[in-house]
Amino acid sequence: MISAHEKIAELTRWVTSPSTHEKTARAVMWASGLTVLAILLVITGFVVIRGIGAIDLEFISAMPIAGGREGGILPMIVGTLCIIAISTIVATPVAVASGIYLTEYAGTHPLSKIVTFGAEWLAGIPSIIFGLFGFAFFVVLLEWGFSILSGGMILACMILNETIRTTQEAIKAVPGSYREASYALGATKWQTVSRVVLPSAAPGILTGVILGIGRAAGETAAIMLTAGSFMALPTSLFSSVRPMSLHVYLLAIAEIHPGAVARAFGTATLLILTVLIANLSSRAIKNYYTRGLRQER
Amino acid sequence: MIWRAVWTSHGPPSYFIKGPKGMKFMPCSYREWVIERLLIAAAMVSVVIIAFIIITIFRTGLPLIAEVGLFDFLFGMHWRPGHEIFGIFPMMIGTLLVTLLSMLISVPLGVLAATFLAEVAPDVIRNILRPVIELLAGIPSVVYGFVGVIVLVPFIRTYFGPPGFSLLAGSIVLAIMALPIIITISEDAICAVPKSYKEASFALGATHWQTIKNVILPAARSGILAGVVLGSGRAIGETMAAIMVLGNIPAIPDSVLDPIRTLTANVALEMAYAPHGPHRQALFATGIVLFVAISILVVISNRLRRGQQL
Repeated sequence: MISAHEKIAELTRWVTSPSTHEKTARAVMWASGLTVLAILLVITGFVVIRGIGAIDLEFISAMPIAGGREGGILPMIVGTLCIIAISTIVATPVAVASGIYLTEYAGTHPLSKIVTFGAEWLAGIPSIIFGLFGFAFFVVLLEWGFSILSGGMILACMILNETIRTTQEAIKAVPGSYREASYALGATKWQTVSRVVLPSAAPGILTGVILGIGRAAGETAAIMLTAGSFMALPTSLFSSVRPMSLHVYLLAIAEIHPGAVARAFGTATLLILTVLIANLSSRAIKNYYTRGLRQER
Repeated sequence: MIWRAVWTSHGPPSYFIKGPKGMKFMPCSYREWVIERLLIAAAMVSVVIIAFIIITIFRTGLPLIAEVGLFDFLFGMHWRPGHEIFGIFPMMIGTLLVTLLSMLISVPLGVLAATFLAEVAPDVIRNILRPVIELLAGIPSVVYGFVGVIVLVPFIRTYFGPPGFSLLAGSIVLAIMALPIIITISEDAICAVPKSYKEASFALGATHWQTIKNVILPAARSGILAGVVLGSGRAIGETMAAIMVLGNIPAIPDSVLDPIRTLTANVALEMAYAPHGPHRQALFATGIVLFVAISILVVISNRLRRGQQL
């Protein structure tokens, strides 16, 4: 017969034994990993399942009626596209050029440290601060008003860092032998960069641009203070628009109305799909491209 | 248009760029020189933007802080723009509380998930989880806020009591939003720990968990901390989700079920109708406080991350 004493001793041994700790720790880590997975699936699943029904041809091609409670969201889609277009057109050349400078030219130059820290700092600044800056600078000082242009410029500032970082990564991934071969043929530095390094890094840079578009589509706080919230199709660069993300917010804080809630779900679903497509396509490009590079090596 | 390779064992030429292995390339062409200047100019854009942000925000906000007095502005208990009383203390407390609470939820979960990803997870799970986390990071904050309003706020109202718009709801939403940053940076830090550390620990007979607990996590400590700091930066700076679920009442809460207002919400809510004058200036001054807080966090996380690379 086992005495109570022995049972307790056995229990203590079991509790303090490393193998029990190992099992518990594993279980806890699995649980937290799967929790993170569940959180995403629940959030996106919830929005998409309730929103996908609201999306039809009328929803994306009709004008809103009664403050967005009925009708479609055509002006919001157009507004979002216009702002994204401006921010991408403005930010991409600047970001690619800084990426080239930082990876190919700067070396250990003190300037590169300053620029890297500046970009990191820029990435940490909350979007509402960008909004304040855009409001004081573009809207008031430059007298652009609440407009596509103000919103696009402020978004360009916000996506700059991410595009710089992806450009740097893409350029670093180009094998050194490419550059050496180009120099050996007598090419100058800029000829090497523009005709050898950049074409090889282009797919990687493209993934950065696509991710930037995904981020720009969802930006709200900064846009609210720079692009206004006017619900009409834009007629020029200086017209105020209401992007999709801001539309979700304005519908959600308005009084509960079934039409408004359904349209908010629909718009939120479109936003999630945009981000999803951006992520998937950039991942696909990256995979395809790294496979190509590896084969050449 | 030819670059002459010059071995500079003796004094450098007036203008040179470092090439590979001590060889320095001297530009002989005006065009190359111009292109490099242009690239430098582009690289300086992000620094220039920061400078512009500082100048515009401080220029508008500082006069008001000077007028009200720094102490009264930071520690004033009342925010009544109509009476020109500007005290942001309740909002600072609100931001602080919601950040701390959300970190309390997301740091343990995030670090454990990062360890799981880096050390334990089989490849199949890893290949699912990593893109999922990327997607989680990319989902617009307004969507998180919307889900918070539709699901979390009514849930809290029903089961814990009104109003539902509360510190608790905000902390949960912000915790979820900070998760991707914490996981990504912590995972990088854990993966950067040299393999030899792990092998040495195994060779001493340690189990996997003992190795993780006593060797890997301590070695990755500063990188993980950097992730936590950046995550709290994101929580402090979050605007849309905060406005939507926190209730926006500028008062110090008595419990987690009370509504609060953050600094970001203060700016975002009132900018739309604040007339030109002291009210608008006070919002810019709120922005200054926010900007300074975030900048301190960025510097800290920068130091921490460099700390691990050494």
